[in-house]
Amino acid sequence: MAKVKIAQYWGAGCGGCDVALLDIDEKILGVAEIADIAFWPIAVDTKLKDVEAMPDKSITVTLYNGAIRNSENEHVAKLLRQKSAIMVSFGSCACYGGIPGLANVTNRKDLTDYVYTKTFSSVNPGGVKPQTKYQAPEGELELPVLYDTVLTLDDVVDVDYYMPGCPPAVSLINTFLGVVEKHVKEGAPLPPKGSVIASQKTLCDECGRTKDVKTVEHIRLPHEVEIDPKKCMIEQGVICLGPATRAGCGAQCLQANQPCRGCMGPTAAVMDQGGSMLSALASVFKTADNESQLSEDDILQLMTEIKDPLGTFYAFTMPKSIIKRKVSERKKAEVSQ
Amino acid sequence: MSSTQHETQAAPAANPAAEGGFEPKIIAFCCNWCSYAGADLAGVSRLQMPTNFLVLRAMCSARVDPEHVLRAFAKGADGVLVLGCHPADCHYIGGNYRTRRRIALLKMLLEQYGLDPDRLHLEWVSASEGVKFQSTIKEFTEKIREMGPNPLKEAEKEEKAEKAKMAH
Repeated sequence: MAKVKIAQYWGAGCGGCDVALLDIDEKILGVAEIADIAFWPIAVDTKLKDVEAMPDKSITVTLYNGAIRNSENEHVAKLLRQKSAIMVSFGSCACYGGIPGLANVTNRKDLTDYVYTKTFSSVNPGGVKPQTKYQAPEGELELPVLYDTVLTLDDVVDVDYYMPGCPPAVSLINTFLGVVEKHVKEGAPLPPKGSVIASQKTLCDECGRTKDVKTVEHIRLPHEVEIDPKKCMIEQGVICLGPATRAGCGAQCLQANQPCRGCMGPTAAVMDQGGSMLSALASVFKTADNESQLSEDDILQLMTEIKDPLGTFYAFTMPKSIIKRKVSERKKAEVSQ
Repeated sequence: MSSTQHETQAAPAANPAAEGGFEPKIIAFCCNWCSYAGADLAGVSRLQMPTNFLVLRAMCSARVDPEHVLRAFAKGADGVLVLGCHPADCHYIGGNYRTRRRIALLKMLLEQYGLDPDRLHLEWVSASEGVKFQSTIKEFTEKIREMGPNPLKEAEKEEKAEKAKMAH
């Protein structure tokens, strides 16, 4: 019987998603029984030219993790798309940009300027910056082109399924691999294209904490407050992205007494995770009964309790948010020139 | 709103050539109970105002999800107005309080995204305040005209240019 062929690749990611596949414990042996690894740079010595030599669609499923940050990420994503029957956007970075996606608050020039010349440890009197081409005595060397804007996998290739999470939960990986195995062995149908392999509900639905007063007085960082493990995080003043985040992870962070930071991305019904969290959090602030007497400045003061809305509400989803990246206003004088 | 639109078309745009041809596009979210009626009053009263705005009616200003505002900017709006009932006057008792909190926070967010937070403006316009609707539209249009086009449009153009360059 034909074996399932699996490939996994990392774009702009940390490697945690690669490790997540091994987190399925002894079931990994079962995977080895039903599947061959076609390409997995972190674990197996296969080269890109081996993939190039494979027939189109010959890899059953590719789990692509990491965002699209440079031309190499994009090139391999396109190659694997061509060679794979099923392309899975694996992990928050591939699905929504993830933590690397926060680089969209800056741009390529500012970023490289800072990293190569301005950090405390930078010693670079010549102002040397990485070049995409370099003429060495042995021949021309190439480096990938760093993109100005971090992209998600589905910005550059057609994606069949999404598996968010930082990294995706073991239970979701198991469920998905089970479905693929059944499909290959018994011809069982696959889920509809574009499905997100997670729950349709919000994390609050999965979280066992009790919600009582549903208001917040002051925002606190997790280390500034002794968190009651039974009470809702937000009621204790800790920003938890549960109300705006897709369920499916089993509320693992909350079980470890830490707030949700939103790695599962927006729920099925919305486009912008940060927007829905902003809405939810602004609504639950407690004020005195005389809210009608408060001025606009009082309200602004109240909202400055939240120090970094962009970094908090879009920690994992900036490249997939509606605005996507930071822009800069041009002064009117420059526009008319 | 047809009367308002018809009447306002008569008002000439303030010398577009001198402004480099920039005509702001403004989205005005109006709540059904106060501001939309206020806009209607401005129309039937034949109050003159610039024609750069489109009115979208929501049942309450609190129905204006941050997502709607962000989407308006992403689709190229140069300014977004959210108009609702005065404090203590909301048809749903407390909707406008939520609006005001969200807009305050949303302005902080827009600033982090690099947009001028003044591109988003919240104003209370009651059903009897046709004149206030007119002055709000006039002042806001002028302010946005001063500010220039939404930088997201420029960023999109640059991105396309870079992609085209890379394809070669």
